[in-house]
Amino acid sequence: MPEETVAQFHIRSVQVLAEDETVDDELVPDLSDDELLTVYEQMKRSRRLDERAIALQRRGELGTYAPAIGQEAAQVGTAFALADDDWLVPSFREQPALLVHGTEPDAILQYAKGMEEGAEIPDGDGALPPAIPVGSQPLHATGIGWGEALQDRENVAITYFGDGATSEGDVYEAMNFAGVYDAQTVFVCQNNRYAISTGTEKQTNTETFAQKAIAAGIDCVQVDGNDVLGVYRVAREAVEKARNGEPVLIEALTYRRSMHTTSDDPSAYRESEEESEWEARDPILRFQRYLENRGVLDEETKEAITERIEEELAAAIEEANERREELDPADMFRHVYEDLPPELEEQLAAFEAEKGGESQ
Amino acid sequence: MSERLRMVEAVRDTLGAELARDDDVVVYGEDVGEAGGVFRATQGLIDDYPDRVFDTPVAEAGIVGAGVGLAATGMRPVAEIQFQSFLYQGFHQLAQHVARMRSRTRGTITCPMTIRTPYGGGIHALELHSESFEAGFAHIPGLKVVFPSSPAETKGLLTASIRSSDPVVFMEPTRLYRSFREEVPDDHEIPLGEARVVEPGEDITVVAWGSMLRETLDAVDDIDASVGVIDPRTLYPLDTETIVDSVKKTGRCAIVHEAPKTAGMAGEIIARLNEEAFLYLEAPIERVTGYDVPMPMFAREDDYLPDADRIEAGIRDTLEFG
Repeated sequence: MPEETVAQFHIRSVQVLAEDETVDDELVPDLSDDELLTVYEQMKRSRRLDERAIALQRRGELGTYAPAIGQEAAQVGTAFALADDDWLVPSFREQPALLVHGTEPDAILQYAKGMEEGAEIPDGDGALPPAIPVGSQPLHATGIGWGEALQDRENVAITYFGDGATSEGDVYEAMNFAGVYDAQTVFVCQNNRYAISTGTEKQTNTETFAQKAIAAGIDCVQVDGNDVLGVYRVAREAVEKARNGEPVLIEALTYRRSMHTTSDDPSAYRESEEESEWEARDPILRFQRYLENRGVLDEETKEAITERIEEELAAAIEEANERREELDPADMFRHVYEDLPPELEEQLAAFEAEKGGESQ
Repeated sequence: MSERLRMVEAVRDTLGAELARDDDVVVYGEDVGEAGGVFRATQGLIDDYPDRVFDTPVAEAGIVGAGVGLAATGMRPVAEIQFQSFLYQGFHQLAQHVARMRSRTRGTITCPMTIRTPYGGGIHALELHSESFEAGFAHIPGLKVVFPSSPAETKGLLTASIRSSDPVVFMEPTRLYRSFREEVPDDHEIPLGEARVVEPGEDITVVAWGSMLRETLDAVDDIDASVGVIDPRTLYPLDTETIVDSVKKTGRCAIVHEAPKTAGMAGEIIARLNEEAFLYLEAPIERVTGYDVPMPMFAREDDYLPDADRIEAGIRDTLEFG
């Protein structure tokens, strides 16, 4: 048999709202003014939560925190494409997506205060708690997307991870399983250029992260992750495909403008010029200018949004502080198993006796 | 109604019964579908339940991790990991997610998953097909670790494991899969966390589980003393009370496992006896175990594994002490 090409692939890349404010009218998603403003407000809300959280961490009121500054379009644009009953399977930097999908800011703050209370999933909220081990959670989204299909339900699962995570075998396993079982799952790789300090060029030799899907036989698309209109457009398509049992990988090209976490100092591995360059390419600024040009966003609306966010976050911080005050240490024993096994009964009794002794 | 079954048939019988009883049960793993599993423990299930029995890609992290998601949607995943040492490839999912999901979400998301896995030596298998890592699993809070030692026990314990709201690592001794038949009742559930007094005894208490229980029973046949034998059946939670009650009566104890000696489960059981029965002990507690060497390949596995002779010697030493 002569040599022949048996398969060929291409990677699509989408941008709707360019940095220079030009818009591809054919690709602009059909969103009402109210919806556009909601998208904007959600991005602002997450940005402000991150800013306040960093300040709180610096004052010793929060533990290590991973800001999503710069990645708001990639996350809000994708999460906004979900229905209420869809599932969100986050990594540890998913404040923008979580807020869109219904997580309250005080839960995010409680988690950052080292409280399991912040990882509670309220009844009916389709979400899993943050996943700290890099790249481990896409498999859960695959399981969810598979389970929903097995039960003839339409809900999809969307999962977020970074460029670094694609080097973990679990991410490939997740996409491969999803392809085999027609899982109703959307994978969102936020290529934010850094895995802590390691740049993408040291992470992989592939040209795109989108093409990681090709080996697993699932669909993929790359998008300008700082263009919220483009992100929403590809996410809506991906979510609809996933609903029909066609999993999709979205690579959102973005930039982690802030530190990996509050324990990290990016000046050790990147130049401030680079950061300044990306500050100018900020996704919120780009969308804000678009909304202003389109006449959707005026000063009065901006002020109202800012006021709402400040009020909400002040209340959330207060709520998280109150819950921290009420923390019952003995609760760590109570949720390990459905019923306390004798080992834990005994250890809990000893713990309470010791604590009781201290307080006397 | 009951049937005389081998252990591997009891596994299949239980899986079939639970698939029939509960539409949320899904059985999946490498080669468990059309081939019926490498030990044939799932043979025929895919014919009856084509929508809930799945062959998976060869990816243990995938099998364990996908189970987390399946469980979150309300399903009850029953996964087979082909050999226990391959569970190391899914160990991070087990330790980081399966075991912790309930506690880290304060009970709002649970993972009622059963991971069945053949373990242990004695069948002349390939390298890394004969591990016995129960102490590692028992050391992970949030998991239950279950060991059947006979066909009827398999039915009762696997039924309870699948119905449990907590994740279970279910360790099936490969050498007992086809070694004998036993009456297996139709509807049989053994509560997890309850040991079985296999033989009551007055002079010494021997604790053994899984395949080592059979060796222990062979060993005590030749001993002219009243030897009590206890099968803990679950290593976490561990029915300390039953073991302690027996040792308070006998004053002497030997513990048998095929896993390496250091940091094995025998050490934990000794620690509990130290806490609960110290003043009743008349002899140091004996450990008859594997050695602190990687499980050898099969040319040496009989030299590694505790057998009836070694167990008998350990029991005699303990009986004769003092």
